[in-house]
Amino acid sequence: MSDTLLQVRDLAVTFETRRGRVQAVSGVDLSVRAGEIVGLVGESGSGKSVTLRALTRLLHANARISGQVIWRGEDVLALPENRLRAIRGREIAMIFQEPMTALNPVLSIGRQIDENLVAHGSLDQAGRRRRALELLDMVGIASAAQRLENFPHEFSGGQRQRAMIAIALAAEPRLLLADEPTTALDVTIQDQILKLLMNLSTGLGMAMVLVTHDLGVVAQSCDRVCVMYAGRVVERGSVEQVFGRPRHAYTDALLRTMPGFGPSSHTEGAARARLVPIEGQPPRLDRPILGCAFAPRCTHASAQCEVRPEMVDDGSGHEAACFAADALVAV
Amino acid sequence: MNRLGMVGLRLLQILPTLVLIGVVAFVLVRLLPGDPVSNMLGDHATDATIARLQAQMGLDQPIWVQFLLFVRHAVQGDFGDSIAYHVPVARLIAERLPVTITLAALATLIAIGLAVPLAFISAVNADRWPDYLIRAVFQVGLSSPIFYVGLLLLTVFAAALRWFPVGGYGEGIGDHLYHLFLPAVALALSFSAVIMRSLRASILAVLTAEFVDFARSKGLSQRIILLRHVLRNALISTVTLIGLHMGSLLGGAVITESVFAVPGVGRLMVESIFARDYTVIQALTMALAVVVSLTFLATDLVQMWLDPRAAK
Amino acid sequence: MRRLPTPLIAGALIMLALLVCALAPDVVAPYDPIAFDYANLLQPPSGAHWFGTDQFGRDILSRTLAASTIDLQIAAFATLGPLVIGTVIGLLVGYVGGVTDMLFGRLVDLVVTFPFLVLVIAIVAVLGPGLSNMYIAVSIVGWVFYARLLRAEVLVLRQQDFVGACRVMGYGHLRIALRHILPNAARPIIVYWMTDMALAILLGSSLGYLGLGAQPPTAEWGVLIADGKNYFTQAWWITLFPGVALVLAGLGFSLIGDGLADLLDVKR
Repeated sequence: MSDTLLQVRDLAVTFETRRGRVQAVSGVDLSVRAGEIVGLVGESGSGKSVTLRALTRLLHANARISGQVIWRGEDVLALPENRLRAIRGREIAMIFQEPMTALNPVLSIGRQIDENLVAHGSLDQAGRRRRALELLDMVGIASAAQRLENFPHEFSGGQRQRAMIAIALAAEPRLLLADEPTTALDVTIQDQILKLLMNLSTGLGMAMVLVTHDLGVVAQSCDRVCVMYAGRVVERGSVEQVFGRPRHAYTDALLRTMPGFGPSSHTEGAARARLVPIEGQPPRLDRPILGCAFAPRCTHASAQCEVRPEMVDDGSGHEAACFAADALVAV
Repeated sequence: MNRLGMVGLRLLQILPTLVLIGVVAFVLVRLLPGDPVSNMLGDHATDATIARLQAQMGLDQPIWVQFLLFVRHAVQGDFGDSIAYHVPVARLIAERLPVTITLAALATLIAIGLAVPLAFISAVNADRWPDYLIRAVFQVGLSSPIFYVGLLLLTVFAAALRWFPVGGYGEGIGDHLYHLFLPAVALALSFSAVIMRSLRASILAVLTAEFVDFARSKGLSQRIILLRHVLRNALISTVTLIGLHMGSLLGGAVITESVFAVPGVGRLMVESIFARDYTVIQALTMALAVVVSLTFLATDLVQMWLDPRAAK
Repeated sequence: MRRLPTPLIAGALIMLALLVCALAPDVVAPYDPIAFDYANLLQPPSGAHWFGTDQFGRDILSRTLAASTIDLQIAAFATLGPLVIGTVIGLLVGYVGGVTDMLFGRLVDLVVTFPFLVLVIAIVAVLGPGLSNMYIAVSIVGWVFYARLLRAEVLVLRQQDFVGACRVMGYGHLRIALRHILPNAARPIIVYWMTDMALAILLGSSLGYLGLGAQPPTAEWGVLIADGKNYFTQAWWITLFPGVALVLAGLGFSLIGDGLADLLDVKR
């Protein structure tokens, strides 16, 4: 489990928009080891989805990506287009939040699986069909043979998400990037899909980066977690570390918004922490942010937060960029 | 419901439209100021001739009887005789309609052939010089009347360069197509501008769709993404547009045929106006409306084939 | 205030130039457009005759300028009838709804089945060739497109709160429809009107070319081009220049239409 598949260093993404330049992501470091599930959490607009898409350069033409994305020794950001295509889908695959819009409405599910197999394998037609049936079976879609001919609109929401997973996994990628894979689904189905993803990850030895705003999903499925705020990673560590003893004021505040969650719920017999919404709005990213981006909304903020805090490791691999880190743990 | 059933249903659905087309055509000729027969025969006809023709056309009957007669004859394919040619109108149209349909079909192919690649180049380079150039040229094309484009093509490619005949229809299929090429280009220009505008807009919309990102994340080649994923989706709305413009294409054929002396129904129509050949005008208006409703049907079918969601 | 869209400015400049020509052709034109000059038949473009002369020695530049009056008149008159009739009926159908709306829907289905030009030609055939009959023919058919557009807008607006508020305040239907709904629904109509003027010029000149619109000796671009068509091998300038004017006019109106659509935020 120690061999590192993906190593992201100092990733930054800027968008050129009509109203100027937006610094969506900056200074992001991230590592993913074989087979592990890493959660990337934050509010909407925190840059988690942009980070995920930047990893395989899926952003549109107005995005500028800098930094390094080292995939098994190669920098993905510097690869020529044809080499990049060989990695996309084959080694690093991706699934999206809304299968209704992410699946092509005019192509059958079978066709959408097949084109992936054509692009990344040497199977003949019969072999590809066998593989497609096997994939649908693997993601739990019944009567696979008929379902192959069906179009996305003929599936239910949960089945569509399963079908998208089958398509993404067709070429047996080593890493799956999952962008809010359960958000668009009904609560009962959310759980099924999450379990499916976890089982697939274990069964296939496939690593996963899971982007979500749902802390419950992270707690249930992830090994490690990165918390993002205003385009930066502000805290990183194992799920137990980050959720049990948050060392960043933002993570702390975030956990307090969750009922039955958060630091105080660990204390046996203590009254449940009240649901505390975070006051204020995340900062705008179209102008430079000096100091800690969370400071204007932070109850722990002090004068020193006008300078941006560095990521500090507490010695156990639990890192946070917050001057109040020790104070938070001490409470 | 299966697709064959759909076709049958749509065919049934155009029946009421056909009846209404008949009403319009019937009313059209009744709008003539004065007596249609003396209008047709001109000022020098004798009373006896007028009376005979009136009886022959059933004009001495009450109006509703006239309409029923008209419908009965129309169903039997009898639209009366042409005053100018002294032959049944149905035969006249049967001879000429295929020419016009070939012209319109050829023009449609040329228009699509021009519009699709250029719309792609335009959309992929949106708001850069190739896009501006293509849009500017098509904007001018959209504002150029067909008869003028036709005359320019004649001047350059027929008169000066002698690559194409000055007009006419020729003998045999190959020769027909050769004769129809310049007229079809003239007819296609503004049509392709319409298609290219709409297709460019839909390609731009589809390019931002999430399924395109998903396709890219699968490692598919740019060519497959554009042709299989983008074009097919972008064509769905454009096919509707192409169908809706069949009417103006046939209208344009009337003008093109006059410019290039193509012996189709368009030229027949213009000639008939000057010959006061109202039975021909009536039947032609009807025939062209029927052709348009059939192309609407064809458009529906193509759309069903392109978009599985529409086949429900 | 937003910056004016480039197409709007370009279109407005073209139209301004054409309007000057149309309003005072005899001031701008170097020659009498109908004066024969047998000493200068079929002259190619030169310093004396910039656009050349025709088979009667008439100056093409002067004739093209003179024709602009008629063609701009066509743009205005051929769209005015459809605009007015279509607005009234569209407003009525959208506001009243119910059976009226259903009948209107059937009518639209029927009208789009006929090729527009063929129907107009057929009506002109019945009424007789000429400009005023062409205006009538276009009005009989063309209003449907305005009405369809306005109906769709009115249907949306009718559901909105401010219309309900007007009802509560006891305003009459006529007042609500004219003072409150129409101004809010007018933008797509205005944009379409501009585009329709471009179409009207194309249609008018096409009918002129076929001999069904403006009748010679009236100088109209389509008629001028028809005049020159028998000489196109030896005297291309007779057809070329009126055609360029025609394309420019069409371009002017459609650019204004595009620019207005952009400025008024109308989707098409």
